[in-house]
Amino acid sequence: MKCTRCRAKAEVELRAHNAGFCRPCYLFYFRRQVERAIAAERMFTHDERLLVAVSGGKDSLALWDVLAECGYATTGLYLGLGIGAYSARSHEKALKFAEQRELELRVVTLEEEGPGLAIPDVAAATRRVPCSACGTMKRHFFDTAALAGGFDVLVTGHNLDDEAARLMGNVLRWQRDHLARQRPVLPATHPKFVRKVKPLYLISEYETAVYAFMRGIDYIVEECPNAVGATQLLYKDVLNRLEHASPGTKQAFVQEFFRSGQPAFAAVENEEPQVCGQCGMPAYGTLCSFCRLVRQVEARRSLPGAAAPA
Amino acid sequence: MRVHLHPQRRTVEVQGRRRVGQLLTELGILPGTAMVIRGEFLLTEGEVLEDVDEVEIRAVISGGTG
Repeated sequence: MKCTRCRAKAEVELRAHNAGFCRPCYLFYFRRQVERAIAAERMFTHDERLLVAVSGGKDSLALWDVLAECGYATTGLYLGLGIGAYSARSHEKALKFAEQRELELRVVTLEEEGPGLAIPDVAAATRRVPCSACGTMKRHFFDTAALAGGFDVLVTGHNLDDEAARLMGNVLRWQRDHLARQRPVLPATHPKFVRKVKPLYLISEYETAVYAFMRGIDYIVEECPNAVGATQLLYKDVLNRLEHASPGTKQAFVQEFFRSGQPAFAAVENEEPQVCGQCGMPAYGTLCSFCRLVRQVEARRSLPGAAAPA
Repeated sequence: MRVHLHPQRRTVEVQGRRRVGQLLTELGILPGTAMVIRGEFLLTEGEVLEDVDEVEIRAVISGGTG
């Protein structure tokens, strides 16, 4: 197979784009895709301060690499989830990446934020699936770190596969409020929220993995131990089978939703956030989802015979 | 050929010359869900693998939120 741009031997084939690329042309293609998404959705400018949420995985590190290469003012944020050896290794990857490129990395760890807040402890105390508790924790600590640090934008590495799987889950349950809020750019709907953006929303996991490999980025390859059996992985599997049978399906599903479906849901589901009675952050209800979760943990821990968190 | 599967950390031996796409099919892996790596380079589905080759198949799927 030959490179679509320069006719040299291709190293990667992208069936969804009916294209193949050699390494230099692929790196050019990938960066251009990210820059196009940023420009098309008016995500941010070179004058704004970006907080990039990094997990040590391929998507967030590839994204941070592109943004730094493009000259954006970035600071990384790593959230330690307290998932044993997995968290220790992912933290190490994020630190190494930042040190090699002389980029600033801020670290927040759940264990240090409060007793019983590590993901395994929260999941055990609330009997929620770990991924659900993890999502709530991430949103809260990303929001508070962005606000406290005076950043203009919070940037996450959600890719096309993440967005397609999330969309499938939201559609299967017709979660209209979630569908209304699923978009590549979430404006700051409250003074305590910053704009949230996903520059990789039309770039597949395969593409970000290839970019990370070609750039020599040392990312955590192993899967989070809590993700085994997670619903999102089931949706991704289904979508990958559809994609294999009909290349381009995932992109069409997500892109067309953002173009025509999402605005329709946003027009009827426009609830403004209130203020959380506990922490003062924006909330849809009297308490934000983070404080509701913490209350469940505290209630569980106060029961007679409840074990102290590890 | 020796095929190292990641993140499973498993190695399998496969006998005989074949294309990358065929190897993926035999192992039940969908193209686009894993990178096939030989040395420092990625391989496309049409590349031919020989008995002496040693490759890594690295899954690219991640996630769990939701």
